[in-house]
Amino acid sequence: MLEFAVITGVKAFMVLNVLLLTCAWTTYLERRFLARMQSRIGPNTAGYRGLLTPIADLIKLLFKEDFIPAAAHKPLYLLAPLMAFIPAMLPLAVIPFGSTINLFGREINLVVSDFNLGLLFILAMTSLGIYGIIMAGWSPNSKFSLLGGLRSSAQMISYEIGLGMSLIGVIMLAGTLNLVELVEQQSSILDWYIVKQPVGFVLYLICAFAETNRSPFDLPEAESELVGGYHTEYSSMRFGLFFVGEYANMVTVSAVATTVFLGGWQGPFLPPVLWFVIKCFAFLFFYIWVRGSLPRFRYDQLMKFGWFVLIPIALANILITALFVLL
Amino acid sequence: MQTKTMTINMGPQHPATHGVLRVILEIDGETVVRCQPEVGYLHTGIEKTAESKLYYKALPMTDRMDYLAPMSNNLGYCLGVEKFLGVEIPEKAQWVRVLLAEVTRINSHLVWLGTHALDIGALSMVLYAFREREDVLSIYEAVSGQRMMSTYFRIGGLAEDLPENFDHLVRTLLKNISVRLQEYENILTNNRIWRNRTIGVGKLSAEDAIDAGVTGPLLRASGVNYDLRKARPYSSYEKFDFVVPTSNRCDCFGRYEVRMEEMRQSLRIIQQALDGIPPGRFRARAPGIVLPTKEETLYSMEALIYHFKLTTEGFSPPVGEVYQTIESPKGELGFYFVSDGTPKPYRMRVRPPSFVNIAALPKLVVGGLLADVIACIGSIDIVLGEVDR
Repeated sequence: MLEFAVITGVKAFMVLNVLLLTCAWTTYLERRFLARMQSRIGPNTAGYRGLLTPIADLIKLLFKEDFIPAAAHKPLYLLAPLMAFIPAMLPLAVIPFGSTINLFGREINLVVSDFNLGLLFILAMTSLGIYGIIMAGWSPNSKFSLLGGLRSSAQMISYEIGLGMSLIGVIMLAGTLNLVELVEQQSSILDWYIVKQPVGFVLYLICAFAETNRSPFDLPEAESELVGGYHTEYSSMRFGLFFVGEYANMVTVSAVATTVFLGGWQGPFLPPVLWFVIKCFAFLFFYIWVRGSLPRFRYDQLMKFGWFVLIPIALANILITALFVLL
Repeated sequence: MQTKTMTINMGPQHPATHGVLRVILEIDGETVVRCQPEVGYLHTGIEKTAESKLYYKALPMTDRMDYLAPMSNNLGYCLGVEKFLGVEIPEKAQWVRVLLAEVTRINSHLVWLGTHALDIGALSMVLYAFREREDVLSIYEAVSGQRMMSTYFRIGGLAEDLPENFDHLVRTLLKNISVRLQEYENILTNNRIWRNRTIGVGKLSAEDAIDAGVTGPLLRASGVNYDLRKARPYSSYEKFDFVVPTSNRCDCFGRYEVRMEEMRQSLRIIQQALDGIPPGRFRARAPGIVLPTKEETLYSMEALIYHFKLTTEGFSPPVGEVYQTIESPKGELGFYFVSDGTPKPYRMRVRPPSFVNIAALPKLVVGGLLADVIACIGSIDIVLGEVDR
């Protein structure tokens, strides 16, 4: 029992730290890639080729004044960044990074927690993130924040349905919610669920963009309309937490997509962990690419698109998959 | 259930109001019920200051009005004063003025395109547009030594003769922009999101447009073919072959189409002007109004006297008033002078296109959504320096 606790603790610690570092350096990658796409250079001053930029950013954020608006509802105002940040971290607990390895004579599973309702757990945790945003929108007593928070919660609730439905097809084919088993099923490229569920994958992709508030669905923080959206009134590291939360969400969504649709850590020649990382970063790169290319949706168009296009397609996809499973 | 509208104060510090425009919005949910633009945060008193300056000394201030189209402002001012004095401008100067005014139109439209697309969320466009603007600015730099506040046109002609690399620079611009315009169209014109965001947004019927007095691309996108370059040609625009693009869409997308096509037409005019710059003087020979060249002052006593008299006393137009309009990138730019026979204007008044066009904003946005306000402000294309002067 003690051994299990220690091993899980060590794994959780590692995953958390790796995730935080990934988030930090994803901001760097994004800025560099985006700069390339826009024929700029991007951050290149701190460290070798600007590699220390995230650290400089962190230090800057930490030393900023932690400002609390006078009219704010203080407890909620203080709680909101945490509520946005923590649920974004948790889903990584059930995602397998690789097969088992042998360490000090013990078989160690490269997943923090291998439990049967993994996928459900992920969906539950991503839903929790909305609370942080609603609180952040409402508590500072600012109109711009409020509008941003409202938009954001409406958007996330609508697209969560699509997100869940896009995964149902896979669940029906796989017959399991356990992510470790899901990856083991996809041993060859033809068994990847992107091949068996292409529609589901595209749906997942679109909903994932909306779920993480990324361009072209970044209305909640549409800086040209709402200044900063729900985090307008936040400063210092509280703002930083929202920021990290957003990137953690991106990483999580990429990791889920990799696990569910792209065969997780499976792949030839290279070690499994590396395959997992490569697939994840391909996803993240796609995020950045889209951000560099597309304009932004309008609020009503976004909602229409979600309810009248995505959800019907998702339902049809489930129906067809169900027929296949039956026959 | 009882509902209440909410008043939102957009600006004067807001990322999408293109400067210090303040818009007071009353919104019902996300729908705009009432909209009131408020101007005056960038008031610089250019008109008043001009009353205490010699005519040629007020010229550099005009750059600061519409700082994205300095040459157009110079042109309007110079033409106004020249009309007053009845100076005949050499053909070469006229052609160069046309050429640079069209370069300026491209400059202004590029910045419009970049910022408008940025407001709608196409993040990269602004950097692409500014990259191309660099070609324009290097032309400014070559002719005047300044990249933004060029003041290259002078009363009676140009400040200097054209530099040697002028031809090369303009040809580079022609080559680059025509290719890049196509690239921009590839990014935006058929993009579904872009079309959704602009088509049917910010409707302004031709009637409303004329009633509000709007001019420029805003008017032409409502289907009214009115362009001062054709309607009241100045600076020998009548000698150039170009089309005035119009659109019957009356919405933001129509304005986008019109401006994109205008840039193409500007390229045509630039090409024609560049190929046919006539030889001759770059400044009129009008002693007492136009400065003599440096060489003349070295050899001719009269030239030296005129030089001294002009720089110290200036010149006095006859008693009366004059109004001169040009088609600036943003619309009808008018300069009105009243002279009491002294070397300083009794009154100078500018009719800025941005100021009149922004007055049409409530018509565009009421009934639309909050996000449309941004698209509309962008599509009107205002420069606050010009609105407030």
